[in-house]
Amino acid sequence: MPFEATISAFAAALGEPSAAPPAMTRGRLGAPDARRFSVYRNNVAVGLIGALEARYPVSRRIAGDDAFRALARAFVRAQKPRSPVMIAYGEDFPEFVAAHAGAEPCLPDVARLENAWVEAYHAEDAPAATIGALAELSPDCLPGTRIAFHPATRLLRFSTPAASIWASRQGGDGPAAPVQAMAEEALVTRPDSEVRVRILPPLGYEFALSLREGATLAEAALGLDDAEFDFGTHLVGLVESGAVASLIPGSPS
Amino acid sequence: MTIADFRYPRGPAAPGVGVGFKAEHFEPIVETRPKLGFFEVHAENYMGAGGPPHRRLDAIRELYPLSLHGVGLSIGSPGPLDQAHLGRLAAVARRFEPALVSEHLAWSTHEGAFFNDLLPLPYTLETLVRVADHIDEVQNALRRTMLLENPSTYVVFAESTFAETDFLREIARRTGCGLLLDVNNVFVSAANHAYDPYRYLAEFPLEAVGEVHLAGYAEDSDDAGLPLLIDAHNSPVRDPVWALYGEAIRRLGATPTLIEWDNDLPVWPALLDEARRAGRVIAAAAAKNPKRVDAV
Repeated sequence: MPFEATISAFAAALGEPSAAPPAMTRGRLGAPDARRFSVYRNNVAVGLIGALEARYPVSRRIAGDDAFRALARAFVRAQKPRSPVMIAYGEDFPEFVAAHAGAEPCLPDVARLENAWVEAYHAEDAPAATIGALAELSPDCLPGTRIAFHPATRLLRFSTPAASIWASRQGGDGPAAPVQAMAEEALVTRPDSEVRVRILPPLGYEFALSLREGATLAEAALGLDDAEFDFGTHLVGLVESGAVASLIPGSPS
Repeated sequence: MTIADFRYPRGPAAPGVGVGFKAEHFEPIVETRPKLGFFEVHAENYMGAGGPPHRRLDAIRELYPLSLHGVGLSIGSPGPLDQAHLGRLAAVARRFEPALVSEHLAWSTHEGAFFNDLLPLPYTLETLVRVADHIDEVQNALRRTMLLENPSTYVVFAESTFAETDFLREIARRTGCGLLLDVNNVFVSAANHAYDPYRYLAEFPLEAVGEVHLAGYAEDSDDAGLPLLIDAHNSPVRDPVWALYGEAIRRLGATPTLIEWDNDLPVWPALLDEARRAGRVIAAAAAKNPKRVDAV
């Protein structure tokens, strides 16, 4: 049997739990052996499910081991990695959870936060702008200043208190602290080696999103249409959290 | 002397014992700086854009030679090598300048889907030519020779016409690549297919071996109720594998040896004990036959 046909048949049988072992494989007694072939099938499933368990530890705690494993098994059957770089495997899992999970409304949001955490962890290294750099900007230039975000920075909007739930479930399987039932927005950063997660204050998400899309500080602040909005406080918060790579000064106004 | 002189970009690793590097062991390693020949890492774990994994490996690399062990190139595939992945492997090798680079006689990707396991292939003239072409391509991309590892297998193929040892000898002869002799894989495959692991060793092209692997296996059984050993990397090296390793080192002389422990990780001192035991096997062989084996 030509090489390509042999490997194709092997690959097809790997993905189909009820399939017979491929006809050209041999166990010790000179015939296909289901238990032997299932070692490979099991290695594939256990390895991929394990990768999801490692990427989504808090989601697993919230769902419970059995329910998480069932979700992960279904995901693994539907989506094999498209690259040997497993760092990226499972980035689509939150959407899959949203489409398939039942009881826990926060689960897809928590999974999105965990995925952002992993992306930030592996993101390109770059220095983050400091408060000192912000202080050096002349007040005249500030309104026209634009922000270059750090490569690790992620902005997330949830329909649940996912960031508070995520934080409250870091410790293990014990009872989680009560969380106020309100939607949250979060900022994930990794200015150096530690990933940080912050819950954004009201309008903080819209402000940062507008800056990320290229608006100047003045444009981003005016776009919020809120006379009380103090862009200075929000800007200091973004810089302090390590979300900013550099500040690009505007012309003096 | 420049900084570059302290690095080990090419040539043999220190003929000592290494262990697989895991982030969980980073602190005891850099705090105690144990005497070890090298650390080995899976290349794919360092293919992210940046972040703590790269920093930890930079720190380890300042203290020890490295061995880069690829698990995702799918050299045993009938289809072409993934050029993007080959480029990533070359980039990791450029960045960390490992003393050794190795991959597996196995496939893991088919039609774009990655199975995250080391899967077996038949040994025929057709597969030999394909594997040799792939190794030429890897060595050209890396501009250095690589080591190819013998697999542990649970099934064989009806169409195979080569013994595994002959297949590996011919691959090494055609490509000039070295071989990574995984002694646990020898033991596991021999048990699974009912042949004598010592005979396999006697037939192995030992002159091409540049590194040895040791690991723990798990025990299961097949459809016929016959024992089936699984290459699990989740326990200490088993006694019969230590015995086979002793025989391999008597024949090979001092050869860089790695303790692989990837699952259910032990505490650092337990892993270091395994490395020390391998060091004693090498030292004992050196004492018996000082001409063949260099002291470590």
